[in-house]
Amino acid sequence: MRYRLTTAAFAAGVVFAAASSASATDLEVTHWWTSGGEAAAVAELAKAFDATGNKWVDGAIAGSGDIARPIMIGRITGGDPMGATQFNHGRQAEELVQAGLMRDFTELAEKEGWTKLIHPKSLLDGCTLDGKIYCVPVNIHSQQWLWLSNKAFADAGVAVPKNWDEFVAAAPALEKAGIVPLAIGQQPWQTTLAFQVILVALAGPETFQKVFGDKDATLAAGPELAKVFAAADQARNMSAKSNVQEWNQATSMVISGKAGGQIMGDWAQGEFQVAGQVAGKDYTCLPGLGVNEIISTGGDAFYFPKQTDPEKAKAQEALASVMLSPATQVAFNLKKGSLPVRGDVDLNAANDCMKKGLEILAKGNIIPAPDQLMSADGVTQINDLFVEFFANKELSAEDAQKRFAEIIAAAD
Amino acid sequence: MTPMHAGRPFRLFRNLNAKIASIPMILTALVIFVGGTAWTVFYSFTNSKLLPRASFVGFDQYERLWATPRWLVAVENLAIYGVCTLVFSLVIGFLLAALMDQKIRFENTFRTIFLYPFALSFIVTGLAWQWILNPNFGIQQVVRNLGWESFTFDPLYNADIVIYGILIAGLWQGTGLIMCLMLAGLRGIDGDIWKAARVDGIPTWKTYVFIVIPMMRPVLVTTLVIIASGIVKVYDLVVAQTSGGPGIASEVPAKYVYNYMFLAQNLGQGFAASTMMLLSVVIVVVPWAYLEFGGKRRHG
Repeated sequence: MRYRLTTAAFAAGVVFAAASSASATDLEVTHWWTSGGEAAAVAELAKAFDATGNKWVDGAIAGSGDIARPIMIGRITGGDPMGATQFNHGRQAEELVQAGLMRDFTELAEKEGWTKLIHPKSLLDGCTLDGKIYCVPVNIHSQQWLWLSNKAFADAGVAVPKNWDEFVAAAPALEKAGIVPLAIGQQPWQTTLAFQVILVALAGPETFQKVFGDKDATLAAGPELAKVFAAADQARNMSAKSNVQEWNQATSMVISGKAGGQIMGDWAQGEFQVAGQVAGKDYTCLPGLGVNEIISTGGDAFYFPKQTDPEKAKAQEALASVMLSPATQVAFNLKKGSLPVRGDVDLNAANDCMKKGLEILAKGNIIPAPDQLMSADGVTQINDLFVEFFANKELSAEDAQKRFAEIIAAAD
Repeated sequence: MTPMHAGRPFRLFRNLNAKIASIPMILTALVIFVGGTAWTVFYSFTNSKLLPRASFVGFDQYERLWATPRWLVAVENLAIYGVCTLVFSLVIGFLLAALMDQKIRFENTFRTIFLYPFALSFIVTGLAWQWILNPNFGIQQVVRNLGWESFTFDPLYNADIVIYGILIAGLWQGTGLIMCLMLAGLRGIDGDIWKAARVDGIPTWKTYVFIVIPMMRPVLVTTLVIIASGIVKVYDLVVAQTSGGPGIASEVPAKYVYNYMFLAQNLGQGFAASTMMLLSVVIVVVPWAYLEFGGKRRHG
């Protein structure tokens, strides 16, 4: 009886393995790129991968990374891994790698010379754990941008600001003309992003590195950060009337001139492009809020969960090399509005804002993204704080700073 | 009782078929419910991050939990939502059932209408009420279009009253079921009791309060359990209506648990929060079960 059961289980296992190898070259790729500009960029990746004779099975998860990541992690830890999945490179997938659930790509990386191709080097460092490479960075996204609607400022009769202080000064004129000065979506990460950008721009990159990297709680409670919290308080008042949820809804307020500006990463550029707007003419971008021209080098990377099927593993390798090929890098990043991870590709087609970003990158004015410095636990607590701060006028800047310092002190 | 047959000496083997048939359910209860609960409580004393890890930190997770403003807001919201849901759905449900019980015409039609919202999931309910309560499209705009320009009704955008906006949707969805349960209870009361009360000249409302309601005790207990379990697990309604906003004003414990387990990748914190949720249920259920079942044995 027991013997027969084992045989049956074994037979079932064989049948299952055979069934899965029949669809060997189908590779499911999960990601959270669902806005107009993002979808156009994903289509470029899919096209390039299909050209290698494999088939891209799209597993887009709507919402945002905050919604998608738990689903992805649940599938990987639950034993139903997809072929490849997006994460922001950094510490989001750290424990999955430590638990041995992700595939090691060191061999392929050495063969194709990723260490020489990928620029800046910190991108690959985000993928590396104990000297082994576990992910493929596909783009560089920087958060430190202020997007301004030229139309909104023309309607209000003021010049388009060149930095944060001018923008704050122009806010009353915008409000008088019935325009929301600053559009911020209500999703948690957006308010944190706005704060981090203000922090880097007004207090400088060293302070940012000390607070988020070294978890310096004394500095976080000090006068330097008080300045930043005062500015965040201004931003809160300027954004009081923006009742939107998603970041791209906030961007479309800027596109239509209903809002003066938005603090958002360079992925907003994809939306301006889909709407047919021209950088410099219809909209203006100020990296580092026009104060400190610095960009962070976070971004998206693809991780490849371990597969038992050798055919799938082969397809994973094909996908990894396709993602880094020069042609894909150019096509993908132009649509996405992000910067390529290779220093050696030709980006003549890039627009003004992307060129600004490339210049800053070439100068080396870069900082790591918070995702690379802090664990998801700390980031979530900070998100909670700023969601509350931006919605609750009774929480003063001083109290918020005190709580911020406490979170920094306890974070890892 | 007749003496046992010689061939069946053990009590254990009496009703053997029934006992064997219930083994799967007993195993499920032990392994999944009790085992899962013990596992969760155990790991709530560790600093597990994305994956469970047995490195103990004592009560650290609980200390942090009770110092977190978001958790405190969530607990307060659950208390308000819980008390209001309990009171209003019982009162409204019973009133509707009593009205329905007056031998009215088209009773079937009314019953269907009142029960209909219960067929919708909380997600659909939440989204529908998000639109109804939206100040730019919903009730507020309709009333303003009728000429009352200064009318303001935007609970979902006002941090002080947002939980009541969620309560309205919850009541709309759940009250129909409570009404049906109550109606079944009322129909279970013997018609002779009504006749006797009328003969004695007792007013209708007194008959309800002093005779009928005490007789409906079993139905009331069932109803209470159904309502209470719905309260503790409220999650999808909030996610669909406000996703915890504005700010953190409409957070609930279940959402905190989910966010910290999967989004913040901090299992220890999530487990600590879910253990607190379990504790609140235990505090309510244990005294009740003691009264209910302990009492019965004495009568039996």
